[in-house]
Amino acid sequence: MAQHTRKGAQFQALTANRLSDGIVVYLTREDRWSESLQDADVAEGKEAGEALLARAAPSVEANEVVEPYLFEVSLEDESVRAVSVRETIRQAGPTVRRDLGKQAELAGVHR
Amino acid sequence: MYRYDEFDQQLVNERVAQFSGQVARRLTGELTEDEFKPLRLMNGVYLQLHAYMLRIAIPYGTLSSKQLRMLAHIGRKYDRGYGHFTTRQNLQFNWPALKDVPDILKDLASVEMHCIQTSGNCIRNVTSDQYAGAAKNELEDPRIVSEIIRQWSTFHPEFSYLPRKFKIAVSGTPDDRAAIRVHDIGIQIVQNGQGEIGYEIYVGGGLGRTPMIGKKISGFVPKADLLAYLEAIMRVYNMYGRRDNIYKARIKILVHEIGVEEMQRQVEAEFAEIRKSGTLHLPEEEIARIEAYFQPPAYEDLPDESTELNKAVVADPAFANWVKSNVAQHKVPGYAIVNISLKPIGGVPGDCTSDQMDAIADIAEKFSFDELRVTHEQNLTLAHVRKKDLYAVYEALKAHDLATANIGLITDQIACPGLDYCALANARSIPLAQQISERFADIERQHEIGELKINTSGCINACGHHHVGHIGILGVDKKGVEYYQVTLGGAADEKTAIGDIVGRAFTEDEIVDAIETIVTTYIGIRKDGERFIDTYRRVGVDPFKESLYETH
Amino acid sequence: MKLIRNGEFVEDNFTTVGDEDALPEGPAIVSLERWQAERETLRARNAPIGVKLQSGQEPSPIAEDLDHIDVVALEFPVYRNGRAYSYARLLRERYGYKGEVRAVGNVLRDQFQFMIRCGFDALEVADNITPEIWAENVGSFSLFYQPAADGKETVLSLRQRLATRAREKATA
Repeated sequence: MAQHTRKGAQFQALTANRLSDGIVVYLTREDRWSESLQDADVAEGKEAGEALLARAAPSVEANEVVEPYLFEVSLEDESVRAVSVRETIRQAGPTVRRDLGKQAELAGVHR
Repeated sequence: MYRYDEFDQQLVNERVAQFSGQVARRLTGELTEDEFKPLRLMNGVYLQLHAYMLRIAIPYGTLSSKQLRMLAHIGRKYDRGYGHFTTRQNLQFNWPALKDVPDILKDLASVEMHCIQTSGNCIRNVTSDQYAGAAKNELEDPRIVSEIIRQWSTFHPEFSYLPRKFKIAVSGTPDDRAAIRVHDIGIQIVQNGQGEIGYEIYVGGGLGRTPMIGKKISGFVPKADLLAYLEAIMRVYNMYGRRDNIYKARIKILVHEIGVEEMQRQVEAEFAEIRKSGTLHLPEEEIARIEAYFQPPAYEDLPDESTELNKAVVADPAFANWVKSNVAQHKVPGYAIVNISLKPIGGVPGDCTSDQMDAIADIAEKFSFDELRVTHEQNLTLAHVRKKDLYAVYEALKAHDLATANIGLITDQIACPGLDYCALANARSIPLAQQISERFADIERQHEIGELKINTSGCINACGHHHVGHIGILGVDKKGVEYYQVTLGGAADEKTAIGDIVGRAFTEDEIVDAIETIVTTYIGIRKDGERFIDTYRRVGVDPFKESLYETH
Repeated sequence: MKLIRNGEFVEDNFTTVGDEDALPEGPAIVSLERWQAERETLRARNAPIGVKLQSGQEPSPIAEDLDHIDVVALEFPVYRNGRAYSYARLLRERYGYKGEVRAVGNVLRDQFQFMIRCGFDALEVADNITPEIWAENVGSFSLFYQPAADGKETVLSLRQRLATRAREKATA
């Protein structure tokens, strides 16, 4: 499984790709998958992170998503931000094509 | 160019059926992701940062207009209206849905195309010279042997689960445009003392985290024996290549560890046995059959000078610049080779919209015998254009933002997709290429700087060939922040060299200035007419090191 | 595990024995090390004997013994490790081995046809493999560009036959 979080990260969210079209999705509080990071459930601390990751299993089993993993986020002004450049790009779309991806389709995307 | 016969077509159709079945089984859950992943990778389907990516094979970089139009269509219908040409002369789509891939493959098969062996630990798409069939000093069209290798390597039962991926490149001219010395096998077409055409074989070149230059293991393999010789190399590699460590699994590590003499001994021993069995002996009849597809097109008898061209060069300075950088000599009088730059100032290297693809297909149909090439430097080539048509071609290209006059110049950069698309990347490559392009946008300045190749990779896997850029840039990740390491003096031509690391890495904010410092330093110390790479070879890394780090 | 031999699902009459285990009465498969240590005893036995080669154990050390060996089992420790494809071809094409060449270990359905082409005639497969799955995968491709151990006619040979026929027609 991919490692994109950091040991000692305070806040983490859970992401995966949708099987049918590969689009990036985030696990919500209601255990649904949303295309927006702003809908993501955020776990605080190591144990909560592990519990969050475990909640991906049924969707993997059901062939809904693939390659789930945790990544570090921060919470600023009620908004969820990815900490690494990689995950920031992943929740937005290519920085070289601002007309494509979530940044062109969704509200609340960070650049 | 080569056309499928009924057998080639049937095999591709069978592959479409097989892969469509695998996709269907995955979508219904009959296959798990773990089981499916190796299967999709065998067919060029990756899961990238934002979506799936589909890599389409363009054998030795040759395309017909019809094929390019189909790629444009696929880009429009199943993707987001554009594709990306790669250093392997292939095309990648960045956004296809898995469920659409079977339909895409059907469309591709209808124009004799496929995604076979565009990933996975097998023999990949054979690459070659974009000037094949048009270059002045060519001994033989390298696409003939490339096609022979393509067929032999397709679904090879023994070599589909190699220790690692395997890349072969072929050059038919002494000046190497196919980077054969940084391939697992490089093939140089040569002539022996008796005037016979054969092959000089290099083995164990490669980039990635351990860059190495290929070593010559045979000076002359006769035509009829080429496949037997290649099979011998592959068998030695398949049996003795390391499988315990993914980073040590390429053939370059095997050659490095046992030494080139021992490699040669083992290959020769295996070759002698295979040759004895005779099963891979290539009959002249088959070579001739394939050769027939690569006969020269119906050139007109033309004077070498074109008054139309000469007039246009005088009348339009922008056109004159374009001719100077983008047009190369053709072997036939009155003809020229046209390079189409996919590096507009500030653009994404190698990207091409569906509309541009359609336009290029029309231009190729009208002006270049209905055929075009993809270059490993992520540009396109029209191989046979009448000199008197050059201005019309230029105008037609210009209308689609395809007439940037920068081939071989500082803004003609190679860049991998990097962190903007790639799941493996550590840093972005494209924005860097864009910033450098904008910094050096002035065409007069570019010409003044002269030939200079900047290659950028977003991670150690080196898809952007940074090791062999005159200036190489490698993106690294330091605790979630992008840094860029610079190498100097690399080259991928007949004088292949791996660049030297110049010093500590630069931040995103520093890197473009650092490139400018390197260029200024070069201008200051170059002798008359000396290219960057020649200056570097003369003076070494020190002057650049001093100017880069003295103020920091 | 199921065994497919010459396309048929069959009972495996061989027992694979460890180096420390006592040999059974019937057919047995031993390691290369044991074969080399006990060659004379094993050859004198009345029951069929097989030798299992692990990845990294190429067949040349047993090339001289092949007349006395009924099964050579080649191990795929993981499906990605394709060394045994070369071993199988060497056994068939270089050493002219006529006995059973068996694929054991991590054998995927998508590899059946390549294995058969390289000279395997027996495959140890996962329990979920059915005759239908076997049939579907062993026949994925009906044409072959390259010669291999199965002796299947190549596309090249088909082309030459077509050309010859066309020439004959033209002269007739």
